Amino acid sequence: MKVLAIAFNTFRETIREKILYNLLIFALVIIGASILLQELTFAQQVKIVKDMCLASISIFGIIMAIFVGITLVSREIERKSIYATLAKPVHRYQFLLGKYVGLLIILAVNVGVMFLGMAMVVYVIEGPIGPLMFWAVYFTFLELCLITSIALLFSTFTTTTLSATFTLALFVIGRMSGDIKYFGGRSSSAFVRKASEVLYYILPNLQNYNIRAQAVYNEPVGLDYILWVTAGCLLYSAALIVLASIIFQRRDFK
Amino acid sequence: MVKTEKLTKNYKVGFLGRKMTALQGLDLEVSGGEVFGFLGPNGAGKTTTIKILMGLIFPTSGKAWIMDRPIGDVKIRQMVGYLPETPYFYDYLTGEEFLHFYGQLLGISSDVRKKRINDLLRLVGLEGAGGLQLRKYSKGMIQRIGIAQALINEPKLIILDEPMSGLDPIGRKEVRDIILGMKDRGVTVFFSTHIIPDVEVICDRVGILNKGKLVSVGKIEDLVGQKVKSVEINVRGLKEGSLSGFAQIGATVTNVAGGALISLPGEEHLGKALDMVRQGGGQVVSVVPVKPSLEEIFIEELKQA
Repeated sequence: MKVLAIAFNTFRETIREKILYNLLIFALVIIGASILLQELTFAQQVKIVKDMCLASISIFGIIMAIFVGITLVSREIERKSIYATLAKPVHRYQFLLGKYVGLLIILAVNVGVMFLGMAMVVYVIEGPIGPLMFWAVYFTFLELCLITSIALLFSTFTTTTLSATFTLALFVIGRMSGDIKYFGGRSSSAFVRKASEVLYYILPNLQNYNIRAQAVYNEPVGLDYILWVTAGCLLYSAALIVLASIIFQRRDFK
Repeated sequence: MVKTEKLTKNYKVGFLGRKMTALQGLDLEVSGGEVFGFLGPNGAGKTTTIKILMGLIFPTSGKAWIMDRPIGDVKIRQMVGYLPETPYFYDYLTGEEFLHFYGQLLGISSDVRKKRINDLLRLVGLEGAGGLQLRKYSKGMIQRIGIAQALINEPKLIILDEPMSGLDPIGRKEVRDIILGMKDRGVTVFFSTHIIPDVEVICDRVGILNKGKLVSVGKIEDLVGQKVKSVEINVRGLKEGSLSGFAQIGATVTNVAGGALISLPGEEHLGKALDMVRQGGGQVVSVVPVKPSLEEIFIEELKQA
């Protein structure tokens, strides 16, 4: 109940402060404008449009997750609105969880709106959207859940700027973690080989959440893969939130 | 109701982590039903103490209890109300939404919340402003809605951090009246301030804090009653020649209608002064010890510390 109250308040904050409107409108314009790509390309028009739409959802979703994720907690601390909230019988982990769930609701709504925009574009050029496109967007949403938990973790102990930098860095590394293992494995140094392997297993592998190419080329994705990635995302996010709660629990609000 | 034992808080400041003591070995006890004023200049450690009590910061050492339970116990906050210093609240919420939100965090049912919110808005004089967003509230209105959120759980203890700061005289009187109303209902009030005249009007006891240390604590009448700033002796019929002797004991003599007013800078020469009046053929009309105001005691304590 308390977590939901905080989550709903977070959702209301984002809606009333009009924080994401500009980004969402911009994303919808780009998704809508992707229809024009048909005119500019020689072949595979539908696939290019789908690719463009999925990429837009991913990019704008990530921008929303990082920049709203890092400000959610730090804004409360900077504005001191957290004082009265934590002075109520609320555990700090409940506060963090509420903030996290609130942001996930916001992201789900935004991703949902972008998905609808994409479905309309695809409908115009091809017909009803297929389930693979849905799963591709679902995977993007899972990736956003993970990035949000990373942003939340950093925002519990560092400044907004540093949180943004660290989260962005982890996002880039996460998208390239396969490359880190591959190139690290080719090193002559045993230390680099081991370190790259450890990094590969510790850091999130965000490539797991990218089935956009399969969706565009209609290559089927197994249900077991969907379940495994969902479970992996939930576990990793839960671990990060637990870590964030431990750090947040000890924090002084000077 | 509130008890602290050797409560100490050190902060690390600067790049090198230099130690700064904000609170040093604070021993304090506030009884149930009393209004306790926590006085001190800026940076004395008042807000630090309050934040420790509310679990917003952690003491470096020492212990504290609220209603006999350690302050780390989140459940005690069910019975405590708190108004932060210069509060900032969610300004995108209306007054009513804001109170509903905190009511939800306290687990108050929707029906009870609605009734309490109406009562509280009336109590703090915001009955017409419940539907306005907080960003449209004045500073005084924010302070009042802050007090309302602190009262929504009908607390047994209310902790107010500088509730009068930034308010105009009318706003201060309103806050004062709310505090006195709480006292009448048996609520224990612990509040920090540096506006001393308010303290004299509403507090049962005060504690004076300076540089993280409690320099004085007690009932106002005891604090004021312990010290005599000067003694004024009103005399009649004193011979002209005998007036010069009073200067030797540090007294000043002022001619007033029908006699003279001898002002002594303390009590130590009172006996001698009275002897001199008698020897000079004078008659003592009155002897009045002049006690310092709480403000003067406050400043003196700070100087000594």
